[in-house]
Amino acid sequence: MTDILVYVPNSGKHAAEVLTLARALGDVSAIAFDDAAAALAGEYGAAKVYRVEAPGVDDYFVDPKAAVLIDLARSANPGFFLLPSTDEGKALAARVAVALDNGLMTDVSGLDADGTATQDAFAGATVVKSKSTKGFTLATVKSGATEPAPAPGSPATETVNATVDSADQRVKVAQRVDEPAGDRPALSEARIVVSGGRGVGSAEDFALIEKVADALGGAVGASRAATDSGYYPHKFQVGQTGTTVSPQLYVAAGISGAIQHRAGMQTSRVIVAVNKDADAPIFGMADFGVVGDLFQVLPQALEEIEKRK
Amino acid sequence: MNIVVLVKQVPDSGLARQLDAQLRVDRNGANNVMGELDEYAVEAALQLKEAHGGEVTVLTLGPGQATETVRKTLAMGADKAVHVEDDAVGGSDALTTSAILAAALGRLEWDLVIAGAESTDSNMGVMPQLLAARTGAPALTGARKIDTDGTSVTVEHQRTNGYDVLTADLPAIVSVWDTINTPRYPSLKGIMAAKRKPVETLTLADLGVEAAGPGAAWNEVVDAAARPERTAGQIVTDEGQGGSALAGFLAAEKFI
Repeated sequence: MTDILVYVPNSGKHAAEVLTLARALGDVSAIAFDDAAAALAGEYGAAKVYRVEAPGVDDYFVDPKAAVLIDLARSANPGFFLLPSTDEGKALAARVAVALDNGLMTDVSGLDADGTATQDAFAGATVVKSKSTKGFTLATVKSGATEPAPAPGSPATETVNATVDSADQRVKVAQRVDEPAGDRPALSEARIVVSGGRGVGSAEDFALIEKVADALGGAVGASRAATDSGYYPHKFQVGQTGTTVSPQLYVAAGISGAIQHRAGMQTSRVIVAVNKDADAPIFGMADFGVVGDLFQVLPQALEEIEKRK
Repeated sequence: MNIVVLVKQVPDSGLARQLDAQLRVDRNGANNVMGELDEYAVEAALQLKEAHGGEVTVLTLGPGQATETVRKTLAMGADKAVHVEDDAVGGSDALTTSAILAAALGRLEWDLVIAGAESTDSNMGVMPQLLAARTGAPALTGARKIDTDGTSVTVEHQRTNGYDVLTADLPAIVSVWDTINTPRYPSLKGIMAAKRKPVETLTLADLGVEAAGPGAAWNEVVDAAARPERTAGQIVTDEGQGGSALAGFLAAEKFI
């Protein structure tokens, strides 16, 4: 079987998806910097875990981790090296690519055994197939590329002791500030996303969007028009310059569906729209749409959802 | 403090975009504009220059028409520009692009390189780290805030659920999100002044880069197809039952 190297950053859903996708291509060797990541690798079918002990690695930005990954990739010479398409995953992949003079593909949504990757270009308007022509297949896998499927096993564990080189200490992490995420799932990983747009009209009225999201167990998103108007924090923006989501269900309320926004959600499996304007472009891509006032439609839907639960 | 800002002309994301017959980004049939995140990078550079002095140089790689994007940055207030333009560049991948930009950066004096967090055509978001690997300068990416005391740079690196405060000594490479500032509009005076600002045009030979384009790339696009259009499903008009109908659909799809 082909040897597949996978960087497992944590025990999150995205990491589980990458492991699931990797398993179908060959024997997975996971790289874990902590126990939670190592445990996830075992739960999702890794044959081997490189458990890296690198004291002080978290005091610095990506450089020391990149050094470890470069060394492991060089010695393992895998068929594939997969990482989650996060800021960190992409940064690490970029460092590996230059260090090993290797090809690099980002945000892939699928991979064939021969290394052909599927990617969405232009916000999903074009589906592209690409291949690396130099080295192994180095790719970052976008969130939602597959449904995570556990396959518990007992992987062989190899402890890798690494030290943080002074050259990799240049970018210090002076402080980590976690802003309360609340009980909702992370936007980029959520199975269900409920988003509000300009039609919500105010920050106060976004409470209705939150209620619908909570009733469905989903994350809250917002269009650029809504975040620019200050209705909802910018970090929840879905779209070209915000987060790209690909959930099972996307509910767009008071969102017209400008290309800017569609760029961030058009690969969602099921799309539902509520909008006053029957001509809103969002209806052209919705599996189910209600032309009406969201302040009438959503409360009624909420009541019905609670009844059916 | 001398700052180089990386900008890239891209097809307008507000209009239809496609690949051409050679499976490259179609730049001829498109309305081309400055990358959406690039103007935030230019603004960040101008604000740092206003606080610390020095010069802002814009660096771009692209066909002749990218001059329009260069002129816009000069009109916003950048001092000069370097435009790498060579017919051999078309169809280059990110790794080749980073080699060309690194060579161009090698000819310039800089304390700080600022770029948008990603381009708004290929959206890879890897250029700052590729350049870090090639130039040896540290990269601090995805900033929502940037500050410098002249010898080091501090940024707030935006995460989904918070941020990290990162610091590094200069010279360094920083990329920024659109949360960082509100870009200025070029003034009429700025537009007039831009016409007299120096723009140096360089070829790959000038930079000592031997190979570019698809043949030199580390990756190849083997196929591309338009995603089948999503077809509209069932649309109902609310006459007092819209919410129930919506809940009914969600139940039928097993989301409730």
